Amino acid sequence: MNRIRKYHEALLEATDLCLARDPRVYLMGLGVPDPKGIFGTTLGLQQKHGARRVLDMPTAENGMTGVAIGTAIAGMRPILTHQRLDFALLAMEQMVNQAAKWHYMFGGQMRVPLVIRMILGRGWGQGPQHSQSLHAWFAHVPGLKVVMPVTPQDAKGLLIASVEDDNPVIFLEHRWLHNITGHVPEGHYTVPIGPARIARAGKDVTIVAASYMVLEALRAAELLAADGIETEVIDLRTISPLDSDTINESVSRTGRLVVADLGTKSFGISGEIIARVVEAQLASLKAPPGRVSAPDYPTPTSPALANNYYPRAPHIVAAVRRQFGLPVDEASLMVDNSIWLDVPDKSFTGPF
Amino acid sequence: MDLKQLYYEMLRIRRVEESIATLYAEQQMRCPVHLSIGQEAVAAGAAAALKPGDQAMSGHRSHAHYLAKGGSLRAMLAEIYGKATGCCGGKGGSMHLVDLAAGFMGAVPIVGSTIPIAVGLAFGAQLQGSSRVTLAFFGEGATEEGVFHESINFASLKKLPVVFVCENNFYSVYSPLEVRQPRHREVFQQAIGHGVESHQADGNEVAEVLRLTQAAVEKARSGGGPTFIEFKTYRWREHCGPGYDNDIGYRTPEEYEHWKALCPLERTRRQLLAAGTAAAELDTMQARIDLEIAEAAAFAKASPFPTRESATQPLFAA
Ligand SMILES: Cc1ncc(C[n+]2csc(CCOP(=O)(O)OP(=O)(O)O)c2C)c(N)n1
Ligand SMILES: [Mg+2]
Repeated sequence: MNRIRKYHEALLEATDLCLARDPRVYLMGLGVPDPKGIFGTTLGLQQKHGARRVLDMPTAENGMTGVAIGTAIAGMRPILTHQRLDFALLAMEQMVNQAAKWHYMFGGQMRVPLVIRMILGRGWGQGPQHSQSLHAWFAHVPGLKVVMPVTPQDAKGLLIASVEDDNPVIFLEHRWLHNITGHVPEGHYTVPIGPARIARAGKDVTIVAASYMVLEALRAAELLAADGIETEVIDLRTISPLDSDTINESVSRTGRLVVADLGTKSFGISGEIIARVVEAQLASLKAPPGRVSAPDYPTPTSPALANNYYPRAPHIVAAVRRQFGLPVDEASLMVDNSIWLDVPDKSFTGPF
Repeated sequence: MDLKQLYYEMLRIRRVEESIATLYAEQQMRCPVHLSIGQEAVAAGAAAALKPGDQAMSGHRSHAHYLAKGGSLRAMLAEIYGKATGCCGGKGGSMHLVDLAAGFMGAVPIVGSTIPIAVGLAFGAQLQGSSRVTLAFFGEGATEEGVFHESINFASLKKLPVVFVCENNFYSVYSPLEVRQPRHREVFQQAIGHGVESHQADGNEVAEVLRLTQAAVEKARSGGGPTFIEFKTYRWREHCGPGYDNDIGYRTPEEYEHWKALCPLERTRRQLLAAGTAAAELDTMQARIDLEIAEAAAFAKASPFPTRESATQPLFAA
C-alpha cells in the first residue's frame, strides 16, 4: 500500500528516526527550531528531542561547521543544515580541508560522521547568490560523499544512510522538491549511498540526471515516447561516489547518452559522466554524448532573464533528437514574457 | 540636516516600503524583499552624516540605506520589477542594490559579506590619499560571521576611515539573539575587543543616530580610524516578504507592540510639533512623497524587461 508523503515530510521522518534511534545524533542549524523549521523538515523536533539535541546556532557557517566536525570527532553524529548552499560557501575551508581529509590525513585514526544538508535554491528571483547548484565542487573533493535524492522515498532512506555513514556526507535538496509527493515506507530503512536507480527503462537512449533534473528527464521521456523513442532515465541519487557501472551498462545497451544537470555546463558533473563512458566504451556510442545544463553565467534575477536560464524537458528532448539526427526547432525552446517559469507549482507562494 | 529633513527622509523610506508591500500583491515584483519599516531612523540618520563623496554598502535589507544615501528610487523599483532600467539592469533584484553616482557601492544578501568590501573601499581611500569615508550597514547577525571580525581587526590595525553601523533588531530571520550570542555580552562590546571605539544607542531616535554617526565620520575623515555603533531598533514586518509574521509565534505581541510604540517617525513628528512645526507642513510632505513614488512605480512598470540576449553579459570586463 502506498504511504504518500511530501519530500519535506520524508526528511522530517528520517531526522526524527535518527534522533530517536541514536543518542549520538544531534541537529543544528540557523532556524532549525523556528516556526518554519527549514521548509518543514525540522518542525517539532526540538519539542520532541529537546533543546540540547535540536538547536539553533549563530549566523556563523564556517565556525559552526568546524564545531560540528569537532563534535563528530568526539563521538557525536551531527546533522548540520543550511537554508542555501550559497551560505555554506563560507564554510568551504572546514568542509574541504578538514572534514574531507581528517580520516585520511591522520592515518584513519579518527572519523567524521557528519551530514551537511544544503538547499539548492531556485525561482522567484533567487538570483546570483541564492540559487547556485555547486554539487560538482563537493564531488570534486576526495573524502566527501555527495547525495542528491529526487524522490521522497530516497530522501528519507538516503538521509538515514547518510547519518549512519561514518564519513562526511553532503546532502543536497533542491528547493523545488520539498513539496513533491511520493510513497515513503514507514519506519527505519536505508537507501545505500552510491547506487543509481533506473527511473524509467528504455532501449534507445540513456538520460542520466540527478535531483530535480530527474523530473525534467522523465517529462522528456514522455515527450520522446510520442516520437517512438524509448528513453532510459537514470536517477543518480548519489553523485559521489558515482555509479559508473549502472550508467555504462545502460549505455552499452542504448548506445546513446545525454546528461541533464542542474549546474553550469563547464567543469560540471556532465563532463565527468561522459568521460567515464567514453573511457569504458567509446565504440558502443552511436553519437557524441549530449549535455543539458545551466549556461555558463550567473543566475539572473529578473524573471524575464531567469525564464530562459534553466534547462527544461524540451531542452532534453532536443538533445536526444540531435543524437538521432532529427530536426530540432530551436525557437520553440525559448519562452517569452507571457509566462513566468519561476515557481514549481501553484502551492509555492514565495518569496523564498 | 535638520530634524525636519530627517523626518522627510524617514517618511520617504516608510512610504516606499509600504508601497512595495502593497504592490507586491500584484505578483509583478518577483523577487524576495526585506523591508525596513520600523528601522528608518538608522538609515536616515546615519546616511545624513555622510558627504556626497562618501560611500556606503549594505546587505539583504538595504532599501532604506540605498534611498537614504541618495540612490535613485526609479532605478530601485525598476530593479525590483526585474526591468532593464533597474539599477542592475535586472540582474540583481531587491537584494542587490547599487547606485555608484550616489556613492551606494552595493548591497548583497550574503550576511556579512559587504563588511570586508566596505573596509576595502576605506583601505583604498587610505592608499589613494582620499578623504572619503565608507560606512558599512549590517544587522547584528552579521557580527556572528568570522568575516566581520577579520575585517574590523584590519580596519583597527590600519586605522581605516570606515564606520560600522550595526542595526540590532534582535533577530536573524526568526532566531532570537539569545540563541546566537551570550546574554552577558552586548553586541557593541565585540568591537571593543578589536580596539575599536564602540557605542550603543537608541536606533529609533534619529537625531541621536545622526549625532553619533557624524562624530564617527569626522573621526574617520581626520585619520582617527574606525568606529562601531550598535543601534537598537526593530523590524515590524516579516523577515522576508511584504506581510507580517507575528502570527507564526517566534516573537510576542507584547514585544511587537512595545517597539511599535517607539515608532521613529511618530517620535520625530511629536518633537517637530512641540518645536512649533505646523502639522499641515508635515502632512504635505507625505503628499509630495506619494506623488514621487507613484511616478517612480509607473516608470518601473512601464519600463521594458531586459532582452534575452542581455542575459549572458557582462560576464567579463572588456
Ligand atoms: C552567510 C549567510 N547565512 C545565512 C543567510 C540567510 N539569511 C538571510 S537574512 C538573514 C538574517 C541576518 O540577520 P541580521 O544580520 O541581523 O539582519 P536582519 O535580517 O535582522 O536585518 C539570514 C541569516 C544569508 N543570507 N547569508
Ligand atoms: Mg537582525
